[in-house]
Amino acid sequence: MCIAFPGMILSIDENNFAVINISGTKREACLDLLDEPVAVGDYVICHAGYAIHRIDEEDAKESLALLKEFIDHEIY
Amino acid sequence: MKFIDEYRDPELVRKLLNAVNVLAEKIGRPITLMEICGTHTHAIGRFGIRRLLPGSIRLISGPGCPVCVTSISDVDRALYLAERPNVIFATFGDMLRIPGTGGRSLQQIRAAGADVRILSSPLDGLSIAEENPTREVVFLGIGFETTAPTVASTLRSARRKGLKNFSLFSVHKTVPPAIQSLLDDPGLDIDGFICPGHVSVITGGEAYRLIPEAGRAAVITGFEPVDMVDGILLSLQQILEKRYAVAIQYARGVTQGGNLRARQTMAEVFEPGDADWRGLGVIPGSGLFIRKEYESMNALNRFPLPEIHSAEFEGCRCGEILRGAMSPPECRLFRKACTPVNPVGPCMVSSEGTCAAYLRYEA
Repeated sequence: MCIAFPGMILSIDENNFAVINISGTKREACLDLLDEPVAVGDYVICHAGYAIHRIDEEDAKESLALLKEFIDHEIY
Repeated sequence: MKFIDEYRDPELVRKLLNAVNVLAEKIGRPITLMEICGTHTHAIGRFGIRRLLPGSIRLISGPGCPVCVTSISDVDRALYLAERPNVIFATFGDMLRIPGTGGRSLQQIRAAGADVRILSSPLDGLSIAEENPTREVVFLGIGFETTAPTVASTLRSARRKGLKNFSLFSVHKTVPPAIQSLLDDPGLDIDGFICPGHVSVITGGEAYRLIPEAGRAAVITGFEPVDMVDGILLSLQQILEKRYAVAIQYARGVTQGGNLRARQTMAEVFEPGDADWRGLGVIPGSGLFIRKEYESMNALNRFPLPEIHSAEFEGCRCGEILRGAMSPPECRLFRKACTPVNPVGPCMVSSEGTCAAYLRYEA
């Protein structure tokens, strides 16, 4: 039940609702629970009609690159 | 899709699995890891993770499917509320087929005429209430820390809008007290926990400190194949080095502090109390109950409930399954009297239930 999806914010209205592209489908999500400001183009994790987290794209990219590097070079 | 596809890279999964094999051999004894979250249970089955792992690693499912751990008396109370005249009863789809006493379910009473609606967001319940001003909309709030803030926020909106015909029956629960209850069991044979990803978006890593304190590995893990195998790898590292800490594998979703605003919203509407879990019994402080300030929107006040005599189906072993003490094929009803079409126990109902996932992907 705790399934949640990453999506990109396409627009934000005056009631703090956003239209979000989730895997090619446009879904509406309320932004009231987010603990940091977001803008169009940001990626957020959505659950039950709410965005619950802003994904830091740079951080995510860096961690994945680090994981790849680590797995290639680490000797177990 | 960004943030999904790159975490399904087969080459990376293969390399991670090699590392898992090396560490498993170094540890040199059987290892049991419990995934707490039902969404993990489903993902492990769906991606065939279990078959990719070395034989010495056993994955077992914990009490992390919210509909599965809803007590039969709460299911019976939901059925009672849904059958009240003039009520529109709304909840998430997973809940519809959960059997109450005598095998009755929301789906059954809907077929018999009750107005039961499936929502994907609690906010849709507000629109239904606005469109049906002469009816009473009762929302069944179910789920862990991921979902409870969305329902709390919805209740706040209902109050702001002055909606008089919307009320909530909360069976929300929190995860850390259930982990504590598992850790308190002296017979617990678990080396590490794959901690839930989306619950942790809200709670943060701090909430699981009790696990390393009890000498077990704890890794907050995402839901894609790279995430899952990486999470298992990080758990094995902790077990090998005997250095236990809460690690965050799912760093693109989870921070150490979690989402404070969501927790504040949750705390404004709900207060903790003792809750009855199917399979685990009453766990102190594990339930989220509606605070006095929101009492007028509590469905249990709006519709006085009679005493209901609830009874579990005889022979159902969901209790043992939810504690990881038993695997699905060990239950006599599994695949025989209990199937996804005619489920006896809750673990066979939801796609996240241990038995349903096992039957679909592993059997």
